[in-house]
Amino acid sequence: MARLSKLGSNVISLFSSLGRAQVFLWHIWSAGISFSGVVKQIYFVGVLSLPIILVSGFFVGMVLGLQGYYTLVDFGAADSLGVLVALTLTRELGPVVGAILFAGRSGSALTTEVGLMKATEQLAALELMGIDPMRFVMRPRFIAGIISLPFLVMMFVAVGVLGAWFVSVGLLGIDDGAFWSQMQAKVSWSNDVLNGLVKALIFSVVVTWLALFLGNDAIPTAEGVSGATTATVVYSSLWVLGLDFILTAMMFD
Amino acid sequence: MSNKFEWWVGLFTALAIASILFISLRVSNFQVSSGGDQYKVYAYFDEIGGLKPRAPITMAGVVVGRVGEISLDVESFQAKVVFNMNSKYKKIPDDTSASILTAGILGEKYIGLTPGGAEEFLENEGIVSQTQSAIVLENLISKFLLNSDEEK
Repeated sequence: MARLSKLGSNVISLFSSLGRAQVFLWHIWSAGISFSGVVKQIYFVGVLSLPIILVSGFFVGMVLGLQGYYTLVDFGAADSLGVLVALTLTRELGPVVGAILFAGRSGSALTTEVGLMKATEQLAALELMGIDPMRFVMRPRFIAGIISLPFLVMMFVAVGVLGAWFVSVGLLGIDDGAFWSQMQAKVSWSNDVLNGLVKALIFSVVVTWLALFLGNDAIPTAEGVSGATTATVVYSSLWVLGLDFILTAMMFD
Repeated sequence: MSNKFEWWVGLFTALAIASILFISLRVSNFQVSSGGDQYKVYAYFDEIGGLKPRAPITMAGVVVGRVGEISLDVESFQAKVVFNMNSKYKKIPDDTSASILTAGILGEKYIGLTPGGAEEFLENEGIVSQTQSAIVLENLISKFLLNSDEEK
């Protein structure tokens, strides 16, 4: 009996949390526009993520080049390495790995920041002074997140391709022209690059929304904020991977 | 303070735009021609197989140029292939022959040039008259099967 009622209360809290998340998104959407803080937030959310994105992108590209080479060279198709790497990066790895890194680097920071603002009652203080926290705290961060992630994903892809180029042309001796020409012949802008960008945009909304909501919804204690931060990274990663499957099935049928 | 943020966000945006341009121009779709020290030679092939623009043109295994535009000549119904030759290799005999070869069995198609013995050299906008088409595996197999049938 007790277990059954526990299950019921879990389901109720799950659905009420989903409902609150949607109300939260609506509040951000309908809050007045204040772009003054957006630039500053792009710095914290986007620019500070640059090192991890660029370094991981380069190494992911290099590893893809190396592994692809080992497989393709057996079939005498090592010249197609560029195609393999570019398609993998633009379609899947760029948006997905970019979004997961972004959740770990910036999503967690957003949750902690907003959670601490709530725990130290800064949000309540703002409201008392007649300043709408949705407008001045949440909205700039939300917009900054949506702008930053697609940008970061594009940089991730570009650096990844360069990393693969460095390994395959520089170290493994694949022909430079064949590398680029096959890539250009097989990667389509409207299909692969644009779909990757759409994915990145959707992931950016999901990750930023989750990060801000969980921070705002955190229990205002030290444990509550740390739990919310963990939840942001875990939930964001799961949502991104799950959505990626659905989006891939819809885009590349 | 806000200047610092603006400077970094500007750099961030510039990097993002550079990446998008790189991906659009270099990784996918079209390519701005590199121009420079090149001269053009034309060749007509009966069959080019899977030859792609920017494939290497080699002589004795050394890359001497890149394949440019490939189009169909509507009068002879042959493929017209533009060779963008490196100007470093200006003195290539007039009667050089070009064949479409394959790197490995499944590898990429490329052009192999075999020099002739003429005293005249290929000029800009010149034509390589002796060409050998790409070998299409299906044709080869069907010929082989036909021959073995006749022998019986």
